[in-house]
Amino acid sequence: MTATEPRPNDLLHRYDQAGFYDELFGGREQSAPHAALIRERLAALAFDDIHRRSEDAARELYNLGITFLVYSEQEAIDRILPFDVIPRVISAREWTHLEAGIVQRVTALNLFLRDIYHERKIIRDGVIPEDLVIGNANYRPQMIGLKVPFDTYIHILGVDLVRDGAGVFRVLEDNGRVPSGVSYVVENRHMMQRVFPDLMQGLGIRPIDNYGQKLLQAVSEIAPSGISEPRVVLLSPGSYNSAYFEHIFLAREMGVPLVEGRDLVVQDDRVYMKTTNGLAVVDSIYRRIGDDFLDPRAFNEDSLLGVPGIMEAYRKGNVALANAVGTGVADDKAVYCYVPRMIKYYLGEEALIPNVETYICREAEGLAYTLDHLAELVVKPVGEAGGYGITLGPLASKDELADCRAKLLADPSNYISQPMVPLSVCPTLTESGVEPRHVDLRPFAVTGRQTWVLPGGLTRVAMRKNTFIVNSSQGGGSKDTWVLEDTSP
Amino acid sequence: MNNLLARYAESIFWMARYMERAENLARILDVHETFSRDDHGFKNWHTIVKLNGDDQRFFERYDIASAENVLRFYVLDAQNPTSIVFAVRAARENARTLRPWISTEMWAQINVLYNKVQALEVKDIALPNLTHLCNEIKEACQTHSGITEGTFYRDEGWYFYRLGKFIERADQTTRLLDIGYFTITGSTPTTRPSQDFIHWHALLRSVAGYHAFRRVYPRGMAPTAIAGFILYNESFPRSVALCAREINGVLTRLKSRYKLRGGSAAMERIDEILAALSSRTIERVIEDGLHEYLDWLQLRLSDVTSELSHSFFGLASSEETQQQGA
Repeated sequence: MTATEPRPNDLLHRYDQAGFYDELFGGREQSAPHAALIRERLAALAFDDIHRRSEDAARELYNLGITFLVYSEQEAIDRILPFDVIPRVISAREWTHLEAGIVQRVTALNLFLRDIYHERKIIRDGVIPEDLVIGNANYRPQMIGLKVPFDTYIHILGVDLVRDGAGVFRVLEDNGRVPSGVSYVVENRHMMQRVFPDLMQGLGIRPIDNYGQKLLQAVSEIAPSGISEPRVVLLSPGSYNSAYFEHIFLAREMGVPLVEGRDLVVQDDRVYMKTTNGLAVVDSIYRRIGDDFLDPRAFNEDSLLGVPGIMEAYRKGNVALANAVGTGVADDKAVYCYVPRMIKYYLGEEALIPNVETYICREAEGLAYTLDHLAELVVKPVGEAGGYGITLGPLASKDELADCRAKLLADPSNYISQPMVPLSVCPTLTESGVEPRHVDLRPFAVTGRQTWVLPGGLTRVAMRKNTFIVNSSQGGGSKDTWVLEDTSP
Repeated sequence: MNNLLARYAESIFWMARYMERAENLARILDVHETFSRDDHGFKNWHTIVKLNGDDQRFFERYDIASAENVLRFYVLDAQNPTSIVFAVRAARENARTLRPWISTEMWAQINVLYNKVQALEVKDIALPNLTHLCNEIKEACQTHSGITEGTFYRDEGWYFYRLGKFIERADQTTRLLDIGYFTITGSTPTTRPSQDFIHWHALLRSVAGYHAFRRVYPRGMAPTAIAGFILYNESFPRSVALCAREINGVLTRLKSRYKLRGGSAAMERIDEILAALSSRTIERVIEDGLHEYLDWLQLRLSDVTSELSHSFFGLASSEETQQQGA
């Protein structure tokens, strides 16, 4: 058909997904018919036009202060998270599956947390090794025997998903402490609505604006019983935290005060905030401060960010915290490997979204496989965060591999290994045109009485060519994520 | 009753003050032609430094009071708490704290102004560009006022905003009058009345008061009348009397509408100011010493701020003391 013949100035004319699964074009086995109209509209845009609009968007993000802080030697600098204007699109069918998988996962993680702070059945039944749980640095003895409303510990969960070469979504990591990034999800959408209304028109994109209201509802539901209109606050480490913009964003969306530790005080095991008219009681706290810094009396005594005595008020049931204290043991890298078994143990189901294939080196079989396939695998220490101490087998030198082997043999329990996942790509605007860049996806689940999943989530994109690293600290950016409404009859 | 977080109240107060301060600094520098003249009518940039009482801090950082150094000190010097860059940055830091509270439009405008001011270079303060720059800053501050008036939710926070604005404005008006009056009248009576006329005109223009003054005093340009107008006129938006009355009204409303327990001491201080303003004629004030009178007003305004801090913002420290004592 000559009518669909690409024109020379067609934006996607020379696009080559380079053998990876593509979020707009699909994979070798399956095309992506749901994105056909979007591809067509994109193709019709001139490069100069889309480029100009992209620059407008970047300027607006900067002027609105939708930024995160980067610390240089001299001072703190506001940076915007690079925003790519070409959206990532998820079909209704794909989303139905993901949503169910995320609900299943958060349900199992909450059952696990309830269990390990009470009966410890899962340990007694030998499903997960005791030292991984009770010996975990993030296990909080202060939580033992404490009942939390609805048995919900992880009120806000961010699940990092990647999509492999066959187009299968897999869980790479759980974030069950203080996951961040949701503000960009909503702000990216607002930006697209301002800059590309023509691209979005009539597509049936599921709205995401109600995140703040869902969050407020969950945080209100867990307030101490008998309080009809709880006073909710958002507790932030302060304006020098790199995620401060998100704290502002959420406080505004929830319509609650954004407080810092110094604004709160505990008297007689009740939490109060300092107002112009004296102390006002606080019932529920969405806290963006990690366990360690929450209460210098209970945890890190050097913390100046926290509120002395808040843990005791929490234990007495006088104040609610979201997330609960002690959730870090559930999103630990070592515990992660056991989540599929956890799901089976508590729910009697297979995990709807599989983990990335993981070899547990504390288990003989896993160690043997890892040692045999070292050059193909990614070896990760379990105790470290933020990509430290990782060996990327396919990219490592002989010496590095030998070093890794020695470490593995010396302390196998400290390691897991995974195959290198060929992350899916999405068309992305670059200086020289539209090119494939690797992406991941972090959906957010909010749980009070029940679980609600924000349609879509944060799509992070590696803005540099040929890299899988999507982290904002390493030049990663983000995209708007469109979950399409189900239009089938 | 949903009371305002003490720290927010404080930040709102100071955001308003710093924006008002930036505007007034721009106003002062814009009329540099007048205020940089010494007793003998020569251009002398040191006069501005001297009259601002910034001698010590200035000469710690600069050798000579050249035009460039003085302008650099008052516009670009981020270390100088009386510079435009400092005021805008402080306003923006407070606004940053207040982002959950203020309108997005307020934040975006302050942020844009901040980015602009941060990017200023020495060439921007060159004399031919100075008026343009001062106008831009003045207009940005006025835009801020307009956006605030049109978008800031009228709860308790609004009243703290107005407190900050009017306390700063009253203070700046006393300083501007001080600088202007003594630059023009000098220590010796001037022998060039026509030159004086230009200076008085400039002083009134710097407070946007020339036309209003003319409506009250169609003829002449008597120093006494001008000083009296700037201090006492009940309708002139930058007069000390009008600002003091606004402050008083806001404090009253905070108590009646929001049932705030604190604030009585601040009201007493402002009553003293109002009493002083109504009890002496301008002739008498000048006779007794205008400079001393203006100093006294500045100190009383600073007392009002201390009382506000103590009653409304200082909860943090007093609570902690209580805690330790208990």
